[in-house]
Amino acid sequence: MSESIIKNHSRELTIAAAIALYLLPLLGMDMTTYLTLTIAGVAMGMMIFLVASGMSLIFGLMDVINFAHGVCFAWGAYVAFSVFNYFDKLVAADSLLANFMVFLIAVAAAVIVVGIVGIIMERVLIRKVYGSHLFQILITFGGMVVLRELIRIIWGPNDEVMPIPLKFQGNWNIFDIIILKYPIYAILLGLMVFIIIQMVLKRTKLGKIVRAGVENPDMVQAMGHNIFLMFTGVFAVGTALAAIGGLAMAIFSVQVYPDMGDAYLIFAFIVVIIGGLGSITGSLVGALIVGLSYNYVAYLLPPLAVGVNILIMVIILLIKPTGLFAAGK
Amino acid sequence: MTDTLLKVDGIHTFIGQHHILQGVSFEAKTEGVTVLLGRNGAGKSTTLKTIMGLLPAKQGKIVYKGKPIQAKKPHQIARMGIGFVPENMGIFSELTVEENMQVAMLKDDIAAQKRLEDVLQMFTTLKDFWGAKAGILSGGQKQMLAIARAIVNETSLLLIDEPTKGLAPIIIDALIEAINQIKQHSVVLLVEQNFYMASQVGDDFYILDDGMVVHNGRMQDLVEDDELQSRYLGITK
Repeated sequence: MSESIIKNHSRELTIAAAIALYLLPLLGMDMTTYLTLTIAGVAMGMMIFLVASGMSLIFGLMDVINFAHGVCFAWGAYVAFSVFNYFDKLVAADSLLANFMVFLIAVAAAVIVVGIVGIIMERVLIRKVYGSHLFQILITFGGMVVLRELIRIIWGPNDEVMPIPLKFQGNWNIFDIIILKYPIYAILLGLMVFIIIQMVLKRTKLGKIVRAGVENPDMVQAMGHNIFLMFTGVFAVGTALAAIGGLAMAIFSVQVYPDMGDAYLIFAFIVVIIGGLGSITGSLVGALIVGLSYNYVAYLLPPLAVGVNILIMVIILLIKPTGLFAAGK
Repeated sequence: MTDTLLKVDGIHTFIGQHHILQGVSFEAKTEGVTVLLGRNGAGKSTTLKTIMGLLPAKQGKIVYKGKPIQAKKPHQIARMGIGFVPENMGIFSELTVEENMQVAMLKDDIAAQKRLEDVLQMFTTLKDFWGAKAGILSGGQKQMLAIARAIVNETSLLLIDEPTKGLAPIIIDALIEAINQIKQHSVVLLVEQNFYMASQVGDDFYILDDGMVVHNGRMQDLVEDDELQSRYLGITK
């Protein structure tokens, strides 16, 4: 009897257990702190989602492990840094419209520049090592070193303070709960990107071909679709998503530095493994799990902040080795 | 005017270090069903994958409609009018039946929509599962979807790899009917281990053993030759 209830309602029970687990930190903090950490966690999750979704698409479709994905994140941040410095009047303007305009220019510039870097990387480096994970790790690691040194040459080796658009600063006070403005914008950005990716993947012919390619690239080729052209496009989109994540995180942490992608590369790997290779929904759920866990544990038990995510990854791998969501979802 | 649609001439294919095809040669005429027979590991599936460009031919020539295709990429070969149904069917299980068909359709004009309607007339079951994920289909329904995808474009040559594998006899009879309909419009190159199926649809046959063609002829002759069936296919009556 109880077994059949568990079997029939396993999805509902899992969601209930997850909610209970994420309410557990309330035992060690007050509601205001909990809500502040939750918003920060969701915002961090959304930024990790941007990095992880690109990596998941690349991994899922092309079976490529890209160690240079983190440095694309840093490139996005530095391109935005340059845009914000160039349009400093728009950044400093006391106008939401002007601030959003410069933000959109930064997003467009980061997507274009890093997308082109992605195309060059795929054509010059990755295309030679399809099917060989060892060579992929070596060659993308090399690419990462080159791209990071280029950051040092172009923008300098030191940490820089990221200019923040004026209206992105400050907070709202709602019933004595302090809500920072920028994390809310970051959450909206992440959601918007998620919806756009889902629309493209589910509603367009190209998106359907990409989803099919994640499941069976040979069959997609045998149906008359040029998978290598698709690989180039997906690689460019994947790196561009990392760039958007980088610029979002640079505004969040108010700094840019050449190694800033490294920590987020680890988070992205954890998210991709938790969510399932090639699954965008999986990337979103995985990123939220990682972002929230990191923030709660960093407050309650700071030394275990990263460790808890590795522990979650191990548990999910033991229960569901393919990740929470199937490829192409 | 030649009566050969596809000519495979002395192809050698390796998978890793293994020399699988060791000079396979055969022809498919401009009409009918040519069947590749042989035991497990004889090289039948490898032959189809090599024709499709999914495995590279190290030596030899593959000529389709008078043009060499052995150096072409799979998507170029598919766009020349060759459809492929692999052994594992290659269904995109996370996509719906409709999405599977959309991915397969290379054009979206009126003629393409008409062809889609014709294909769905042939496999009416697919309409019942149109919005459902292809992963939930039964083995026979998946096979029908795989064939439907392969013929929804203008296909001159259809390569089908062991369509009866794991299917119930009643489904096999439906497949026989479907292939007999398809052969009215397209040439079929069929890899099959089920001799009943092969004998019901085949016009010509080639027997492969250890990566080489060891015998060929008219299917009717093979059906009547018990000794040949026993020697090459292990069929005893």
